[in-house]
Amino acid sequence: MALSESKLAYYQELAKTIRQHIVRMTHHAGSGHPGGSLSATEILTNLFFEHMNVDPQNPDWEHRDYFFLSKGHCTPVYYSVLAEKGFFPVEELLTFRDVDGRLHGHPCSEHCPGVDISSGSLGQGLSVANGVALAAKLNGTNQRAYVMIGDGELQEGQVWEAAMTTPHYQLDNVCAIVDWNKIQLDDYVENVKGLGNLVGKWRAFGWHVIEIDGHDLNQVDHAFHEAKHVKGKPTVILAHTIKGKGISFMENTDKWHGLAPNDEELELALKELV
Amino acid sequence: MALRAPRQGYSDALIRLGEKAENLVVLDADCAKSNLTNLFKEKFPERFFNIGISECDLVGTAAGLALAGKVPFANAYANFLTGRAFDQMRISVCYANNNVKVIGHNAGTSPAQEGATHLPLEDISLMRSLPRMTVIVPADAIEMKKAVVAAYEHHGPVYLRVGKLPVPIVTKEEDPFEIGKAITFKEGSDISLISTGMMLDETLKAAAILEKEGLQAEVIHVHTIKPIDVDAITRSAAKTKRVVTVEEHSIIGGLGSAVAEVLAEHQPTPMRRVGTQDRFGVSGKMDELLDFFGLRAANIVKAAKDCFEVIKVS
Repeated sequence: MALSESKLAYYQELAKTIRQHIVRMTHHAGSGHPGGSLSATEILTNLFFEHMNVDPQNPDWEHRDYFFLSKGHCTPVYYSVLAEKGFFPVEELLTFRDVDGRLHGHPCSEHCPGVDISSGSLGQGLSVANGVALAAKLNGTNQRAYVMIGDGELQEGQVWEAAMTTPHYQLDNVCAIVDWNKIQLDDYVENVKGLGNLVGKWRAFGWHVIEIDGHDLNQVDHAFHEAKHVKGKPTVILAHTIKGKGISFMENTDKWHGLAPNDEELELALKELV
Repeated sequence: MALRAPRQGYSDALIRLGEKAENLVVLDADCAKSNLTNLFKEKFPERFFNIGISECDLVGTAAGLALAGKVPFANAYANFLTGRAFDQMRISVCYANNNVKVIGHNAGTSPAQEGATHLPLEDISLMRSLPRMTVIVPADAIEMKKAVVAAYEHHGPVYLRVGKLPVPIVTKEEDPFEIGKAITFKEGSDISLISTGMMLDETLKAAAILEKEGLQAEVIHVHTIKPIDVDAITRSAAKTKRVVTVEEHSIIGGLGSAVAEVLAEHQPTPMRRVGTQDRFGVSGKMDELLDFFGLRAANIVKAAKDCFEVIKVS
């Protein structure tokens, strides 16, 4: 089932707003990671606004669904979505990376409302998702655990340790999303250390695999719905995305993995986002 | 003197706690039979998770369970746990402030003939460096039981060091146990012998030898390396003016370092550290290893005499 036209238009507009936040925040800080934030924008927008059971007024609500940003450097998109969702004021986004602020370079669960786990050392999110999913099964609740992993991050061994644990315990309440933007800090993933048959790898580990275009909101929405209905095994959404998506000069390059736009580049970027 | 394996005390306490504490869950990394967490599994199968041979995943999964309100005890061999999963403890446990109890088994010399790869002689040093981590090293199986309860009741990350092989029982059921509070086992005025873990036994023997030679040693057992009992250590050092630390761990970063830090800032005092030197271990029976590393009463006595003879105290 596709999103209604009005919802689709709403999310497209929201995604554009979030992209504006991303470039403004990194411009403000003079540092940060726009590339992998822009690639994850549609996915996180749809996830937080359409699928996750959370209460921005009560971020630690014990019956909430959990989200873990395992690729912790992509705070610009994460904080933007949390702010738009109401976890903290949108104006606070322009305190990104400030020494006296709550929006650290990498997410800190102690300081930032809505952040479920501190992250930034790659590879750790899926294990944590498995932990809360085990607890939900023990408690007999229908809470779900979502975790977003970068494609370069799949080079971390812990991801695959955890990827064995999830199906072993039949954690169908875990949904992993791989932001498959094909580029990591140094170069294309395939040039650094290629992922091989990624679909086959996850299938062989016992996961239900959904492969989508991560910028097509209907496909994103459909994948999250499908994941909720898969029983007995976890789901991974392999989302083909474009690093730097939405800003022509940032697209498909490792240059903007961890680089902030200057004044002129900010202006150019915002012109493309009207 | 009665001997008992610290891991047996640990396992007993865990099961007793599990009967009352419904939020207690136990994880192991394929060493349940060795760590005796298999006994908890038999009793509470739904609250036991074997995560397999993957210490990083073990600690991360425990962090998630804690986040969702459980009190996880994550068990693995101390060397692999603290070495391999250090980063998971740093980020997913301590930085995220998750209420995980990390249990380092097969501690110190207790892996014995397994050899250097299996002898954790650096774990206290590693764990002590992590913000928010509490580090507990009980003396014997009796104190272990109290430490398990205290670790459960303490809200926050805890590292608990558990030995495998039987060691002498030196504490009593009625001895107090409070995290962060050192225990004075013998009062004395000539020198302070400050020990941790199972070395309390050899330290008490050393004090008895010194006594025969006319020296009154004060024996302080530091079961909590972090937070360390600054007050007890400085008070004793101010009185005796000489300190020897004793641990079944490297002298770099463990109890000896922790006490030296305290004394350097609060009560500068000549001291000697008994522990393993800056080196790897070998294979050998536990008794042979204690001789090999110089972790005997005789070594403690020698270090104490050093404090008198080499370090002239006015």
